[in-house]
Amino acid sequence: MTDRIEEFRSRILERKPLRLRGGGSKDFYGGPLSGDVLDTRGYSGIVGYEPTELVITARAGTPLAELESALAARRQVLACEPPHFGNATIGGEITGGATIGGAVAAGLSGPRRAVAGSLRDYVLGVKLMDGEGRELNFGGQVMKNVAGFDVSRLVTGSLGTLGLILEVSLKVMPLPVAQATLRFEMPQDRALDALNGWGGQPVPLAASCWQGDVLTLRLSGAQAAVTAACEKLGGERVAEAEAADFWIALREQTTAFFVGDAPLWRLSVPSVAPPLDLPGAQLIEWGGAQRWLRGAVDVTQLRETAARVGGHASLFRGGDKTGGVFASLSPALMEVHRRLKQSFDPYGVFNPGRLYPEL
Amino acid sequence: MSQPEHSAGTVQDTANPDREALLADLARVLPAAALLFAAEDLKPYECDGLTAYRALPWVVALPQNDEQVVAVLKVCHARHVPVVARGAGTGLSGGATPVVQGVVLSLAKFMRILEIDPLARLARVQPGVRNQAISEAVAPFGLYYAPDPSSQIACTIGGNVAENSGGVHCLKYGLTLHNVLKLRVALMNGEVIEIGSHALDDPGYDLMALMIGSEGMLGVVLEATVKLTPKPRTAQVVMASFDSVIEAGNAVAAIIAAGIIPAGLEMMDKLATAAVEDFVHAGYDLAAAAILLAESDGTVEEVAEEITTMSTLLEQNGARQLRISQSEAERLKYWAGRKAAFPAVGRITPDYLCMDGTIPRKHLSHVLTRIAELSTEYHLRCANVFHAGDGNLHPLIMFDARNPGETERAIAFGAKILELSVDVGGTITGEHGVGIEKVKQMCVQFSREELEAFHAVKAAFDPLTLLNPGKAVPYPRHCSEYRLTGSAR
Repeated sequence: MTDRIEEFRSRILERKPLRLRGGGSKDFYGGPLSGDVLDTRGYSGIVGYEPTELVITARAGTPLAELESALAARRQVLACEPPHFGNATIGGEITGGATIGGAVAAGLSGPRRAVAGSLRDYVLGVKLMDGEGRELNFGGQVMKNVAGFDVSRLVTGSLGTLGLILEVSLKVMPLPVAQATLRFEMPQDRALDALNGWGGQPVPLAASCWQGDVLTLRLSGAQAAVTAACEKLGGERVAEAEAADFWIALREQTTAFFVGDAPLWRLSVPSVAPPLDLPGAQLIEWGGAQRWLRGAVDVTQLRETAARVGGHASLFRGGDKTGGVFASLSPALMEVHRRLKQSFDPYGVFNPGRLYPEL
Repeated sequence: MSQPEHSAGTVQDTANPDREALLADLARVLPAAALLFAAEDLKPYECDGLTAYRALPWVVALPQNDEQVVAVLKVCHARHVPVVARGAGTGLSGGATPVVQGVVLSLAKFMRILEIDPLARLARVQPGVRNQAISEAVAPFGLYYAPDPSSQIACTIGGNVAENSGGVHCLKYGLTLHNVLKLRVALMNGEVIEIGSHALDDPGYDLMALMIGSEGMLGVVLEATVKLTPKPRTAQVVMASFDSVIEAGNAVAAIIAAGIIPAGLEMMDKLATAAVEDFVHAGYDLAAAAILLAESDGTVEEVAEEITTMSTLLEQNGARQLRISQSEAERLKYWAGRKAAFPAVGRITPDYLCMDGTIPRKHLSHVLTRIAELSTEYHLRCANVFHAGDGNLHPLIMFDARNPGETERAIAFGAKILELSVDVGGTITGEHGVGIEKVKQMCVQFSREELEAFHAVKAAFDPLTLLNPGKAVPYPRHCSEYRLTGSAR
């Protein structure tokens, strides 16, 4: 593995733009691709896993599926359910090409995010190679750690623009003892009200999905809590196997809503934002906080609508990226971004333009 | 131990013309009552909860609105005067220790809760609002603010953001990091930025992760939106005692392995137990080597299920006594001792130092054995309080500052414990922050290159290094001095 590190270092020290890439399952995501591919998949393997310490450490190229199956063997999970994208098999084992390094660099979370927290919330430490080819350790393998600035979480979701992630340590959680999926016929406004209402009560919500006047709800937790919540909330109980497929298909975006070439927009808004009057079909997750939109929409109108309710819109998949993929930052914020980028990647090697053209 | 430059003395630096010019500038942007500069007025600000380090600043500014904060920062930025932001001053690592020839920027007047949105489960508050005041204000809605540091009666949310404060419930409910949604922050040059949002994410780098736990070195918090959590219907605690620390550690591992994340999971050693029992009379088992408190919260059914499982696991792992709280009063009584551990130890010793390392839990017995050996070596008693769920260990080193050399011995003992935490794969600080107290031990945990990266992060927000300079991240010269005396890498 030290050969790999040396290989990475010599590539970085050439000071030419590199496209950091694991399984390539998220090539579609972010700004235009540029630079020569640096493939992390050869740098793979779980370095340490302590189920009773709730911590797993793995090299960046480790397949996400491999990491998840190691956890599953000890009845543990990545609570934020990061999507794999690409090659996901529904109803059986997931054999996505995603790597853990790519998942952390993208920082995406799945259906449970609103309740369980985001992938960033579970990152405990990273080993990073910066633009000078230096190996830097931030954070660690323990749950509480306030020594030094929290660079490991800064790197999470930075789309590889700050350095090459070599290794990550993540907090893991026990697999919920019990799960149940309920389905309700409900228009959007009532679904949003209901979701926000339940969110304020001690109900073991795990995930939600509203689409086409149907609200699907997943509960998870202690058996007693799930049973009690099913009785309280009512709705139609979905069979276990069907429910499992549904939530995986939602996470992997393989349901009918997500299939096809129309641009897919992601609106991240406060959960209490009212129904957004926009052209195109919508699918709502995260208790109302993540709203997906399909269709060719007016970018300016879309961004304004999201901003008006206190959120932001990004072009998640497809469409025309020339108008920018992510919502723009204020000049003062962009200046801080620029300086951070400059300090970790002074020669502009890592994924230039993948997050913002300026970085 | 050589004292850092912050503690250069409490003699006031009055004759300096730069100070006079600064005062004149500040007087133009702040009302007279919002400026303190007489020695007797500055005295209350000479230290925070880490009282071993003291310094008198040039001036204390007490602005009452955003415009005044920004104005003070601009004046200091133009004059290159260091600024130390301060909340309630309860920090334990010297994060708010003043810089001599600097300004202390007190946010004490920012005490308003600006908005409570029960449906969205969030509260928008000013930085000087006390941690517990948030939970009190939102209680009528069945909500609370989850992070609960022991100082929660007094400490402010601005300070919590600076230190990434935890508490006894953070294994299940997260740290400050996991419970803050949005910040409005004034940078040192007076520019105001917004970080995070009322949505679940915002575009660009995760600057929230940098701000939280940044020990006041990146920006001054003007406003925070925090996440509120539904109050659990009920809670119950099991108190178990063990003949050995190893057994208690195994019991903790067994609970986690069984898939339970307890709402609280705390351990005290024999010396700590004796100190708190004498203080609160909670009925702890004084003959035990270790006491464990394991709490479950949730619905009545959920709690019953978890308490049964945990009790079985505790017994299987050798608990010699097991008691389950039968009422809310009893639950609070069991917790009272743990929550009062620091003051209880304070009663049995003139002075104590509170350490804050985090270790992988599997090394607990090794670490406690080594601490006991060090205790003999340094002739100082040490009680141990342990957030067992997340590995955060608080050894309390007892000493008497009146005895010549004893303070230095206590500090040296503490440094050894921090190095030990790093040696077993842990960290020098889990929740109290580095501040000035542990700045030299940062040289043990981080390489020169990593420390350079931290300085670069600071420079991205504060290129002139004026906000809380000299804290948290050591300069290479600190490390070379430390390496001469210690075992730094």
